[in-house]
Amino acid sequence: MRIDNSKAKELRQDFPIFSSRKNLVYLDNAATTQKPEAVIDAISDYYKSSNANIHRGVYKLSQEATEKYEASHKQVENFIGAGNNEVVFTRNATESINLVSYGFDRTFKGKNDIVLTEMEHHSNMVPWQQFAKRNNLRLKYIRVKEDFTLDYDDAEKKITDKTAIVAASHISNALGTVNDVKMICSLAAKSGALSLVDGAQGAAHSEVDVKSIGCDFYAFSGHKMLGPTGTGVLYGKKELLEAMAPFNFGGDMISKVTYEDAEWNSIPMKFEAGTPNISGGIALSEAIGYLKKAGMKSIERWENDLLKYAMENMKNVKKYNPGLGKSAGILSFNLDNVHAHDVASILDMHDVCIRGGHHCAMPLMNKLGVAGTARASFYLYNTYEDIDMLVKGINEAEKVFRR
Amino acid sequence: MESDDSNMYREHILELYKEPSNYGTIKNPTHQKTGNNPLCGDEITVQITVKGNKVEDIKFRARGCAISIASASLITDYAKGKSLNGIRSIGSEKVVDLLHIPISPVRLKCALLPLQTLHDAIGMKTEGKNGTARNK
Ligand SMILES: Cc1ncc(COP(=O)(O)O)c(C=O)c1O
Repeated sequence: MRIDNSKAKELRQDFPIFSSRKNLVYLDNAATTQKPEAVIDAISDYYKSSNANIHRGVYKLSQEATEKYEASHKQVENFIGAGNNEVVFTRNATESINLVSYGFDRTFKGKNDIVLTEMEHHSNMVPWQQFAKRNNLRLKYIRVKEDFTLDYDDAEKKITDKTAIVAASHISNALGTVNDVKMICSLAAKSGALSLVDGAQGAAHSEVDVKSIGCDFYAFSGHKMLGPTGTGVLYGKKELLEAMAPFNFGGDMISKVTYEDAEWNSIPMKFEAGTPNISGGIALSEAIGYLKKAGMKSIERWENDLLKYAMENMKNVKKYNPGLGKSAGILSFNLDNVHAHDVASILDMHDVCIRGGHHCAMPLMNKLGVAGTARASFYLYNTYEDIDMLVKGINEAEKVFRR
Repeated sequence: MESDDSNMYREHILELYKEPSNYGTIKNPTHQKTGNNPLCGDEITVQITVKGNKVEDIKFRARGCAISIASASLITDYAKGKSLNGIRSIGSEKVVDLLHIPISPVRLKCALLPLQTLHDAIGMKTEGKNGTARNK
């Protein structure tokens, strides 16, 4: 499918929120995306006609629910190029990252540090800070350069054979930067370090093939890619998921229990203790079906067109973005002497939703010397008209603060 | 839109934002505190000099939005000359009152940070709704 402005307008009709709020200009897609009717229907259809607990009943209804839930795992595996049983369902990217961080406690010998990047989301930073404390490791950060890209020379220096884990985002939610995670993961592999890619934006905004990236783990959230909230994914190489310790214990995740001890179930069940978000998991499969139909490459291209149009029309703002070709459809900016919250509030008066703040990247904001930025982030259903409204709102904010 | 009643960005707010009262630092304050809003990363430092149980001088420095700067300006003006007990009895309603604009619950957090930090500086918690945002 080729997405252009008229195609985007057509796609919009698949999203009920745009008919219930006619003037809505939604440009906060990096936070969460809107949901197509098919996803919303999948949730209600499940409750209306397939609701039963999974892995437990011998009756048809339960078997049907189990099959759908498992088929959804397959759909995700297929979407990111993972192998059989290499995908675990979680609540969100944050939980996926925590799952890995707890899974390797006390397993590193002769290692001194963890390497992250300066542009990480708190979700891919705070779990590692805690991991470092528990395991007596030091944190090192790959530098972000003036042009808002990663300093790969610095990465080569910092990732050494003393590195236990390298964790980096695929696409920065704060800057839009698309990182060369393939290169970072190969540095990690050469040094004998584990690699984790935070794909919360990557899976939503680009075509992902985990085998070609070569990462050990890839974490992302369903709600940022048309799926329901409360759905997340952890991809892990099979042998690593097998070696990794679970961190939630209980029903479903065991194969055998005695009064004294238990044995773990196979993957993914080992990491999916308790009754999961069944309806959400099933609906995530619909979201991915929708994305596949549109085509991730087409989405990348359309976001790039939108970004280009926005860059050309947002002349008087300071941009925190590496530029076309190096960025997904995420644009952070500031108006001189106007706080990002005020920009967002004034845009809100025009029903334009953008984000203003630190984007869960406080250390990065400190480095940039700002309290925060305003951020517009695009998706397949956004149009040039949305950006016209954004620009109009920005001009309005300028006027308000210049008068 | 500019005449819209829901508009927070009235003339008086913008003026206080551009030229706030009591902006700056005190050399040897008797009390001082830095507070921040974890939601947006805003930060404010309030310094006061208390003499004979009265706030003789008060200054602030901040990195914040128009609402929080205007609020800091108004509340520091209001606090000047008051006794410590007088300051303790300022509630969050007073801030809304002084700002004199319609304010959404999210932005109320911005507006209350200066008062909360002032209260924190003299070792107390702000009374009233939303008086529980964390200060550091
Ligand atoms: C780059 C990145 N990592 C991690 C997260 C966390 O995602 P979630 O809140 O769904 O766990 C986000 C979401 O804002 C993100 O943009």
